[in-house]
Amino acid sequence: MYDKEKTLVDAYMSGSLSRRGLIKSLGAMGVTAATAGVLVNAAATRALAQNGFDWKKHAGTTVKLLLNKHPYTDAMIANLENFKELTGMDVQYDVFPEDVYFDKVTAALSSGSSEYDAFMTGAYMTWTYGPAGWVEDLNEWITDASKTNPDYNWDDMLEGVRASCAWNGRPGGQLGSDDAKQWCIPWGYEQNNLTYNAAMLDKAGVGVPGNLDELIDAAAAAQAANDGIYGVGVRGSRSWATIHPGFLSGYANFGQKDLNVSDDGMLSAAMNTDVSKDYHAKWVKMIQDSGAPDWSTHTWYQVGTDLGAGKSAMIFDADILGYFMNGAGNAMEGQLAYAPFAPNPAADAPTPNIWIWSLAMSTFSQQKDAAWYFLQWASGPEHALFGATQMDFVNPVRKSVWADSGFRDRLSGSYPGYVDMHDKSAPGAKIHFTAQPLFFDLTTEWAASLQKMVAGEVPVDEGLDQLAESVNRQLKEAGLG
Amino acid sequence: MTQTAPAALPRRRFRVGRRALPYLLSLPALLTCIGILIPFFTAVVYSLQRYRLSQPWARKFNWGENYLNFMSDPAFWNTFKVSMSYAILTVGIELLLGLGIALLLQKRTRFNNFVSIMLLMPLMTAPALASLMWKLMTNPGFGILSYFAELLGFEDFRWASDPSTALLTVVIVDVWVYTPFIMILLLAGLRSLPTQPFEAASLDGVPRLFVFWRITLPMLTPFLLTATLFRVIESIQQFDIIYAMTQGGPGDKLTVFQVEAYLNFFQFTNVGRSAALLMILWAITYFLSNVFIKNWLRLREKQRGEA
Repeated sequence: MYDKEKTLVDAYMSGSLSRRGLIKSLGAMGVTAATAGVLVNAAATRALAQNGFDWKKHAGTTVKLLLNKHPYTDAMIANLENFKELTGMDVQYDVFPEDVYFDKVTAALSSGSSEYDAFMTGAYMTWTYGPAGWVEDLNEWITDASKTNPDYNWDDMLEGVRASCAWNGRPGGQLGSDDAKQWCIPWGYEQNNLTYNAAMLDKAGVGVPGNLDELIDAAAAAQAANDGIYGVGVRGSRSWATIHPGFLSGYANFGQKDLNVSDDGMLSAAMNTDVSKDYHAKWVKMIQDSGAPDWSTHTWYQVGTDLGAGKSAMIFDADILGYFMNGAGNAMEGQLAYAPFAPNPAADAPTPNIWIWSLAMSTFSQQKDAAWYFLQWASGPEHALFGATQMDFVNPVRKSVWADSGFRDRLSGSYPGYVDMHDKSAPGAKIHFTAQPLFFDLTTEWAASLQKMVAGEVPVDEGLDQLAESVNRQLKEAGLG
Repeated sequence: MTQTAPAALPRRRFRVGRRALPYLLSLPALLTCIGILIPFFTAVVYSLQRYRLSQPWARKFNWGENYLNFMSDPAFWNTFKVSMSYAILTVGIELLLGLGIALLLQKRTRFNNFVSIMLLMPLMTAPALASLMWKLMTNPGFGILSYFAELLGFEDFRWASDPSTALLTVVIVDVWVYTPFIMILLLAGLRSLPTQPFEAASLDGVPRLFVFWRITLPMLTPFLLTATLFRVIESIQQFDIIYAMTQGGPGDKLTVFQVEAYLNFFQFTNVGRSAALLMILWAITYFLSNVFIKNWLRLREKQRGEA
């Protein structure tokens, strides 16, 4: 029996049998899909071990990770035994909830602690960690054939995502430029698009909105037609995290920027243009008319759970929030659908700003080469495919995973419109902010200004002029403007 | 062959000079102080620097520039105003409520003792947990308090989400958590007051309100001052309730000193500004503590003189 399974898996690995064919054949032998996944992954690990790369070079070494509690972390832990078997290394990790995670990272790195070799981060955070000298430029390892296995396939990463994790450290410098340093490796990412409750929109007699004006109207109509719900969920807490998802994705779609970069590299506020004011006014009206009543305290968590609980008709936020809210245990399980969203009627395609959970290497690590072994395995194509097909490791950052028919079929079967949404949005998906060291200061203030506008404390025009004035003052104080 | 035991040597006693003794006795306190003083002076040094972790190349002493910038920074004055408003409102309400409850429970009965212990429960709750609990109760969608507010005619009452009611909401949470502290302190004070003046007043048929204003309140003042001192110091440094409820929002409505300092350090990595904010908070706390302690000492001297 075992030999038959092994033969089938080897046939799959050699390319003579499709993934669907493999699962079907294993199923006929009484093997569950989950077990089949583990078998395939074990075979992939065996294949990896035979690619000529010295995976055992750091056998006996232990690397320690600092991780955020997240499905990506769960997927990695589920597959960790394969890494240990492949390398003979051991892996220890601390997992913290997101509320305190980044404080922990800042504390560990700013103290110069060598406790953690690698850690999860967001690309925005590396705009602080990189210039501070806390993380390594990973180009040194990626480009070194003696340290990176031949199947790693760095070019397989989605271009916009990969470039978003690379910055030359100059305020205003283009992400992914030729002189950029690769501060982190993309692991999984989120685009910002529409997730909607089709039944609620149907009840209101409205279609899936195609631009911001339609979104405002559809949200109002859905709210009016469905008792006890609000129309559209977007984040609103006094935090940078309010600006980067749907809000900035729409803002970028209208061709707007957060900052201007002059020829001499100086920065200045760019958020008080006429187009920006018009966009802000519409966004504010949308929240006032059809947003959550307690919008100003909404983080990603409330935006997601309200959708999953049937308290909102739509969200313009991270697509993976919609993905998870459509899963088991939610009141709206299986009732959500997805659509690419370009708020500007004149835009050709969506331009989602993205959040990237990434992996970075601590400068203070005492065993950087061993840490890189873990990083290249965890961000490699085998683990990405395992996570995407067997766990909830979405959105994958590798093109090969998005091209995998098993993965696409799985998504299309349970998440209507998700694959199409991703395919249409991916070309324009990247970080649309200007990379600079005051990112968190300025975006938090932007969120506070938005709160004032929504509360009617200040008119949009005036609020944006005040914000621009304050941003320019802060940039000047920091020697950047 | 016999062995003789060595002659016992006279024991030498370690003698400490009279001059060194005070220093030796204060050594444990000094060691404890070092744990406080080193971070304190480090923060003083940081507050005199332009120091952002994200711009290490720009780190340099700018001496008082961080403080001078505050003078022309509306955000700083807003922080000052919000912190003071919060401290005055919370401590004022807690004193009134705490005193009222203590007066009600003054008499030693089994029921009063039970109730006074029960009323301490909020104080046993971590403020951050209390905030999350209140956040749920005030949720406009399903919160029980929102439901009651609606029954009372307050349609669409948004509690901490609305700029006009955000301060009120966090003050309510603070009052819920800390009123028992004032209550228990004042209750202990009330029960320790000498009984003779009250018995004399009772025999003379003095009205109860007069007794309260002329006997109870003056005798209770040292306890009131102590409770106020503790609460003002704590209240002006409030962080967890406000951060857990609103992160300092909506807008800048609740950006108290600690929230600003936390955001400046942990999110903006602006160490210099964060340290300067905390130094100003320390100065305010130091000034208020001195005022309270001086008054408390003056009152004690006065009472001793009268005794």
